[in-house]
Amino acid sequence: MGGVRWLLLKDLQILRRSPLQAVLLVAYPILIAVLVGFAISRGPEDPRVAFLNEVPADTRINVGGQELPKANVKEQVCERVECVFVDDRAEAVAKVESGDVLAALILPSNLVNKINSLSTLTPGVPEVEVLVNEENAVKAELVDDRITTLLAEANLRIARRIGNEGGRYLGLIVNGGQFKVLGETIPILGLSTSARILEQVTPALPPALRPALKEVTEFAAQARDNLDVAKPLIDRLAQPIAVDKVVVGGKSPPLEIFAIAVAATLTLAFVVVLLVAGSLALEREENAFPRLTRGLVSMGGLLGEKVLLGVAVGMVVTLLMLFGMKIFVPLELGRVWLWLVAILFSAGALGAAGAALGAAAREVRAVSLLAFMVTLPIAFLSLVPSGAVGPAVFDLIRYATALFPFKPALEAITAALDEAGSDIGGPLLHLTVLAVAYAAIARLALRRFATV
Amino acid sequence: MRATGVVKRFGEREALRGVSLEAGPGELVAIIGPNGAGKTTLLSILAGIAKADEGEVASAGGAVGWVPQQAALYRRLTVEENLLLFARLEGHEDPRASTEEMLTLTGLGERRGEIVARLSGGNQQRINIAIGLLSRPAVLLLDEPSVGLDPRQRARLWEFVAALAGGGTTVIFSTHDIQEAERYGGRVLVLADGESLFDGPAEELREAVRREAPESADRDFETAFVAYLHHRGH
Repeated sequence: MGGVRWLLLKDLQILRRSPLQAVLLVAYPILIAVLVGFAISRGPEDPRVAFLNEVPADTRINVGGQELPKANVKEQVCERVECVFVDDRAEAVAKVESGDVLAALILPSNLVNKINSLSTLTPGVPEVEVLVNEENAVKAELVDDRITTLLAEANLRIARRIGNEGGRYLGLIVNGGQFKVLGETIPILGLSTSARILEQVTPALPPALRPALKEVTEFAAQARDNLDVAKPLIDRLAQPIAVDKVVVGGKSPPLEIFAIAVAATLTLAFVVVLLVAGSLALEREENAFPRLTRGLVSMGGLLGEKVLLGVAVGMVVTLLMLFGMKIFVPLELGRVWLWLVAILFSAGALGAAGAALGAAAREVRAVSLLAFMVTLPIAFLSLVPSGAVGPAVFDLIRYATALFPFKPALEAITAALDEAGSDIGGPLLHLTVLAVAYAAIARLALRRFATV
Repeated sequence: MRATGVVKRFGEREALRGVSLEAGPGELVAIIGPNGAGKTTLLSILAGIAKADEGEVASAGGAVGWVPQQAALYRRLTVEENLLLFARLEGHEDPRASTEEMLTLTGLGERRGEIVARLSGGNQQRINIAIGLLSRPAVLLLDEPSVGLDPRQRARLWEFVAALAGGGTTVIFSTHDIQEAERYGGRVLVLADGESLFDGPAEELREAVRREAPESADRDFETAFVAYLHHRGH
């Protein structure tokens, strides 16, 4: 045990003597914490969209000869995006081409006339013009999604407005009221009032006329009842399908907690795997391994010392990062002991995997390359959600990621950070099994170190 | 230190074929042979780093110090930190005193604070040997200690090693330089392809070479030695 202590101090001394490594170990988590913290706390910014409204200011949408209230299209569009107002089409094109704006939305001057023609015998097709710059696939998809959503919402608002107006007219027919047309107010009797008047005058009529009048009264009642049913139908027409989301499996943590957990696990994985694998390979590169294991320290002791080094440095770096993020995102400090448990188990398993890599590769440069080649793809694969790929491929990914400590480490750290998160016991058990397995592999691989 | 009938195999290849060696206190034994002769393998077995497949190795008592061919040092630590680390790992009661002793012995006291990576190959080798001596060994094994050293550094190294032997330490060193073996080795063991060809005083080796390769008698000793190996089938 004494030997392990002196070796650990020696490794920390070497680490401290490499200014670049030491600075990176401190600066990297702080930088990541600040970047992720800013990204999470600021939220996604509204995309900048150039907006050109050529529709004359006094033009209104007209339904059945009746003008609807002002639609406030500009205000509605600019709620969802950051509008950059332009004076003409050329300016809109220039802004899109330069990348100053994500897209340009142009409402042509005949837009309202085309909408109004929908209720005539010669309906036109109302169109808005969208200018985009699809300089790369990701941006193209983003623009498509944003603009499609924006127009779907605009359509929905207009449909609702028309539906409301239609409903108001139906109400007038059923219940009666005042109707303004060409500056004059016309009283509308309504079906209900008509039926009531007819019922009141019926006893005063000759018996021979009563059956015929009764038919008219019954028709008025039927019409009133059916038109009452029609009103909610018109309302639903604007959005016929409603979404009822039911979560049947998987407790997903809040996005910011998941983002923090991913950043923390990635940092921990790279720091621990690279440090443990590199420092173990360094013992061979410095030719010290045979001298050390010639009675000064056992192979198990040497492995333990390297894992301990990785766990110690990994814990400091990850905690530094989490406390840095706490400035931006409210993390529950009452759960710090769970953070420590999750990081300890994760670092232990990652350290054992690093020791196996270091013992297998033996040279520091080969170790660094191998550590990146293993850790990076596994980290990406661990983030692939079910349903994103075919079932067979997902099964393959699930088995592959279960063999490396990254995914269980991510699950453990997520569970430790998320108050309403899932159970931490499963990931900790998984990490323990992997730590034991990788330690055994490292011990076997280390035998090759001793060969002269 | 005694080794009897040592055999070592790496797969199908026999690296040592029944090699025996004996060295007493204060004796300087040179193991000489071409590359791949089995010198390092024999020293590793004597040091206890590798295990013999057959044969026996025994030392009369006391520690066996081992100095590998390439300096086994932490290049980012200073001279003093390296010595202190190994003194601590060996469990010395007073590691600082042991470190001071070795700094005096190697004459590197004034350079104690220097990072090892900045030292010359000769000085690195001196620290390498000093670490091997930390355990105050009765037997010191040196694997090609003069490789990479200039003539001046080499002379200082052998002066240092001779002083150790003069103090009663058994020194067994390997080399592929026949003149170095003849000059510094009181006894010489010749190995070729894992086979022991000669074991005796250095003067007797010169006689054996002259006897078995008479056509090279008037040539220099190194050329004659190569002819001797050729005559012995190597």
